[in-house]
Amino acid sequence: MAQVSLDSVRKIYPNGAEAVTPSSFHIEDGEFVVLVGPSGCGKSTLLRMIAGLEDITEGTLSIGERIVNDVDPADRDIAMVFQNYALYPHMSVRKNIAYGLKNRKTPKDVIDAKVAEAAAMLNLNDYLDRKPSQLSGGQRQRVAMGRAIVRDPALFLFDEPLSNLDAKLRNQMRIEIKALQRRLGVTSIYVTHDQVEAMTMADRIIVLNGGRIEQIGTPSEIYHNPASTFVASFMGAPPMNLVAGELSEGILSFAGLDVPMTVDHRGPVTLGLRPEDLFIDAKGPIAMEVDLVEELGAHRLLHGRVEGQQLTVHLAKEIAAKTGPLRLSCDPSHLCLFHPDTGKRMDVRHKATPQARSNTTVESKA
Amino acid sequence: MTDISAHAHAIAQTRKRTWFKLETVFDHAILILGSLLMLLPLLIMLQTVTTPDLETMKLGPTFTIGTELDDNFRKAMFEASGFSGQNTGMNMLKNSMILGLGFALGKIVIGMMAAYAIVYFRLRFATLAFWLIFTTLLLPLEVRILPSYEIVQQLGMMNTYQGLIIPLIASATATFFFRQFFRSVPEELIEAARIDGAGPIKFFIDILVPLSQTMIAAMFIIMFVYGWNQYLWPTMITTDENMYTLVRGIKQIVQTLEGNNIPEFGRANMLALIAILPPVLVVIFFQSWFVKGLTESDK
Repeated sequence: MAQVSLDSVRKIYPNGAEAVTPSSFHIEDGEFVVLVGPSGCGKSTLLRMIAGLEDITEGTLSIGERIVNDVDPADRDIAMVFQNYALYPHMSVRKNIAYGLKNRKTPKDVIDAKVAEAAAMLNLNDYLDRKPSQLSGGQRQRVAMGRAIVRDPALFLFDEPLSNLDAKLRNQMRIEIKALQRRLGVTSIYVTHDQVEAMTMADRIIVLNGGRIEQIGTPSEIYHNPASTFVASFMGAPPMNLVAGELSEGILSFAGLDVPMTVDHRGPVTLGLRPEDLFIDAKGPIAMEVDLVEELGAHRLLHGRVEGQQLTVHLAKEIAAKTGPLRLSCDPSHLCLFHPDTGKRMDVRHKATPQARSNTTVESKA
Repeated sequence: MTDISAHAHAIAQTRKRTWFKLETVFDHAILILGSLLMLLPLLIMLQTVTTPDLETMKLGPTFTIGTELDDNFRKAMFEASGFSGQNTGMNMLKNSMILGLGFALGKIVIGMMAAYAIVYFRLRFATLAFWLIFTTLLLPLEVRILPSYEIVQQLGMMNTYQGLIIPLIASATATFFFRQFFRSVPEELIEAARIDGAGPIKFFIDILVPLSQTMIAAMFIIMFVYGWNQYLWPTMITTDENMYTLVRGIKQIVQTLEGNNIPEFGRANMLALIAILPPVLVVIFFQSWFVKGLTESDK
């Protein structure tokens, strides 16, 4: 068990491409941190640098108290679970799990005990003598976990371990991995492109984009206070609505909505609204033209346009909806403002509740 | 009555179906003819082996099976034909085995190691090195036979097994096949092994070699047969009858009418038959691996 520190860690490939810009963060002992981002954002490169599979171009990486920039992967006291399991196809499950220990010259009885313990923990007892090809995807992933566990590492690394599984198994394994990590209390870094995995598993999320860290925070911070339009649009399904609004004289206006607020900015602004923060209100200020109702069972999503801008509204399953014109209102305290050019979030101090700009009430068809 | 009509109906149907299969009959006729063509020399050989040389001399190949099989076998395997009395069939079989096995195993070991170096290590000019090796496919032994001979001769390896095997051991074919195979081994496996603390040698022995089993078997077949059937090189390198291989030794047996010597048809064909057997057995034994090794790509 250990803490992990990255200090301006940077990766430049020999062809000159900068995969990871200087990045710094600190992971506490026992913390579960998820690196999330779209493909090509450098999250895997970052993980592989921590694992020692890629060289670190600049900066220092320490695991525990030790700077490990030039330490071999085998000596970093880590264990890694790969996307394609990376089990040795010619070895039985038992041998797969034991291989790392064998290479460390662990005594045979210790190996046997550890393998038995891990197998019991992962429900693999019946499969120890099978080959990986005789196992299902979920079982294979469990073997890969077992291989990681028996080493008693200071740090677990997961490289998209669930993306090869089907949706149902993925939900199940997600819970299993999280529970296991809780139980073992091992510091873990988990890479995924799936924001649901990130939200559900992480103690803290690190959102990456284009080799840069966009935001570090707890799932709730990331979700409710995204640091940039990128984070806002990447996290959450459906993502946050991003629409163009206007700021003048302490008033934010978008469609029929006028919100007084104190911001050091004048002119156009990007407005972020979570779909679930919008609700139907017959006297609401926002007039929306609903194009499509997406029925999801537990809730429904309305997709439509407000003054030509795309907007999605999340409705509880009790509220009926159909296409056509609709009036909406929103809770202004949940509004996010982003700079229109940089996409960075701007600090907002709210003054009061929103007011409808026009006093004429239009009948809505809720 | 209904029985009969039903029967007739069935016959009509079968006939219709037979008609339809004329093409199949034709196809099979071609295939059978081809097989016969391929088998004919072998059948003649089998027949010759059992008949006395004089009869073969007079009548040529016939349909009768003679009684000389054991005698011919004894002569072929245990009697020497040369001056030294050492080139018995058994001895030649042993030499051929050593050449075939040494040749195949050597090529596999060298090919695997070369491919391992090319694929897994960031060498400068690795690609260039690979293509250089690859172009040697265009330079078969026959092209470089004189310089090769000279080197072997200067190294004092004439009439030795080393001399027979080592100059032929570097193989572009094996290197190429193993390179392709290694490239299909997923990167993650190497990384997992690195984290598991397997160094380059351990990774090669513990993981890559067992993974390559089928490929090794396929290479073994090709190379064993290739080595076994070497003729020109053993002819040049071995002057000592003790070192003759089967393929080369057959030539030594009198096969033409010289003076009052009757050509030893039975004996020569017996040796030829024995020379065919090991490669056939190897192919039969490794057949399923062979197909797997050359076609299976997912590892």
